[in-house]
Amino acid sequence: MVNSVVYKDTDLVLSVESVSKSFDGFKAINDLNFYLGEGELRTIIGPNGAGKSTFMDLITGRTRPDEGTVTFHQDDGHDLDLTKLREYQINRLGISRKFQTPSVYQDHSVYDNIVLSLNHGRGVWQSLLYKESAADKEAIEEVLETVRLQDLCNERAGLLSHGQKQWLEIGMLLAQKPRILLVDEPAAGMSDEETERTGELLLSLEGKHSIMVIEHDMEFIRQIARKVTVLHQGHVLKEGKFLEVANDPTVKEVYLGRQKHD
Amino acid sequence: MNNRLLPFDTIGEKIALAVLAIFVVIFPLMNTLFPADSALHITTFQLSVWGKYLCYAVLAISLNFLWGYTGLLCLGQCLFFALGGYAFGMYLMLMIGDLGAYGTSLPDFMVFLGYSELPVHWKPFYNPWFAVFAAMWVPGLVAFVFGMLAFRSRIKGVYFSILTQALTYAAALLFFRNDFTFGGNNGFTDFKFIFGHDIREASVSRALFWASGFLLIGVYYLIAYLLKSKFGLVQRAIRDSENRVRFSGYSTTHYKVFIFVVSAMIAGLAGALYVPQAGIINPSEMWPTKGLDIVVWVAVGGRGSKFGPIIGAVLINLLKSYTTRVYPESWLIILGLVFLLVVLFMPNGVVGLWDQVKAWIQSRKADPPATVEPQLAVENES
Repeated sequence: MVNSVVYKDTDLVLSVESVSKSFDGFKAINDLNFYLGEGELRTIIGPNGAGKSTFMDLITGRTRPDEGTVTFHQDDGHDLDLTKLREYQINRLGISRKFQTPSVYQDHSVYDNIVLSLNHGRGVWQSLLYKESAADKEAIEEVLETVRLQDLCNERAGLLSHGQKQWLEIGMLLAQKPRILLVDEPAAGMSDEETERTGELLLSLEGKHSIMVIEHDMEFIRQIARKVTVLHQGHVLKEGKFLEVANDPTVKEVYLGRQKHD
Repeated sequence: MNNRLLPFDTIGEKIALAVLAIFVVIFPLMNTLFPADSALHITTFQLSVWGKYLCYAVLAISLNFLWGYTGLLCLGQCLFFALGGYAFGMYLMLMIGDLGAYGTSLPDFMVFLGYSELPVHWKPFYNPWFAVFAAMWVPGLVAFVFGMLAFRSRIKGVYFSILTQALTYAAALLFFRNDFTFGGNNGFTDFKFIFGHDIREASVSRALFWASGFLLIGVYYLIAYLLKSKFGLVQRAIRDSENRVRFSGYSTTHYKVFIFVVSAMIAGLAGALYVPQAGIINPSEMWPTKGLDIVVWVAVGGRGSKFGPIIGAVLINLLKSYTTRVYPESWLIILGLVFLLVVLFMPNGVVGLWDQVKAWIQSRKADPPATVEPQLAVENES
């Protein structure tokens, strides 16, 4: 890798190019091309089995593609191929992921959940010697405020409601100060009011982070949608503004149409 | 995380620890301060029996560190214990000198097997501190290599458990071989001297008991300290949601290997102190059933609690020493029964019993007319 500073000549933060991945002959991802801009809020939709979660797995290093490249455009202008890195290394670059089912540390307090999500002191030795600084405390409290859990900071995370757990996990991602946020079905299992507040939260993050949201709930997508990408059979079927996509006949056929038949 | 040098949670814990410390200090004194006919006299034999229990308690803590706090159920913890025991046993064998049955400077089994000189890897073990050190790094190294292979390829859950059992089984078979230079199935025994003293002296028994007791307290403190640090938070987070930890920028592989190695080293030290008190070490110590025994101690005492493993190890071994004397045929049945009852009715073990009783009393207070609801449910159904 070149050591001199290369000025970034792209507005993109992530480029996924001609990526394919099959599992036992089933093509989960098929020649996928996808570009995410700096500070963009992108929504990804698609019927079940369209490869949405596999797509996130490929970006975060959970699975490796059979072919193609996943390139992360760093701030300093250097590009990195993510397909060679392990999950924790990718995360340390500033790519955070929220899982579909809320995964928080049940036995720890809400506060400690955020402590564990700070983006430093993550090696074995550093964690042994870690001492909470005033700056850390401030950062943690700021995150708790953003996700409105400051009153519950000493509560055991396992005792939170489903919606609160979802928020806690979003808070955990924010504590990592990520450049890219991958959010898998944030509104699943939430009440209407909680869903709306989650939408507001995501919209408020737009511009500060590049965000990819996978979602099923059409009402929610309407609320947050800027640019929408439709995946179908592991391939990008259509990309565009929400209404454009929603009114596209092919999209209707594979996705919205199928919903009507149900 | 306010006071990191006193990493204790409750008053009760501090009291229990103080009681343990007093016991460790006083018990050997009762061997020397009271005359042999006094009711308060502790015999040298009793001293070595309790000294062994303390080593078992350390061993149980080492497993709990892995299983209770990290979710890694290791069925081969006995291997690390036995390796530590063998390492220190090598020193003890060399200290026999020419007092062995054959009157040569070689350990008896080597003469018997026709060795003419001491194998190279035995030579450093003339130094006791080398032996103590080896009791840590040999198990640590085995754990490191095995842990690297297992955790890097993401082996976990029951597969990890089975592999650790296979590992200890394989090691036992290896140690059973005469040509492995560790005495085959007879192992090491007939020790004579330790640190220049006759191993049968009462003062040696007292010193070994104290050493075991201080090891126990030291290990307890170490684990308590780790649990209070961010490291301990990560450890329990791995147990509860490893993926989340991994996707938060932690190499869970590094953590798990580190924890496995620390746990193996603690078990090794326990084994090193066990052997001079037991007077023997042979490959049966690493037999898979021994590994399961430790799991039972931890489960009975209370997995994932700091005192549970100590209580479990001592209780079960007291019960064993009593039962094998009075009903020698039924020990395994009784052990199985105890384990079953604990698993079924006391998920948090003996130490969790008090909380269980409190919760039960509270639930009785909270809704006394509990019988009404099922009736309603039946009515609604029809």
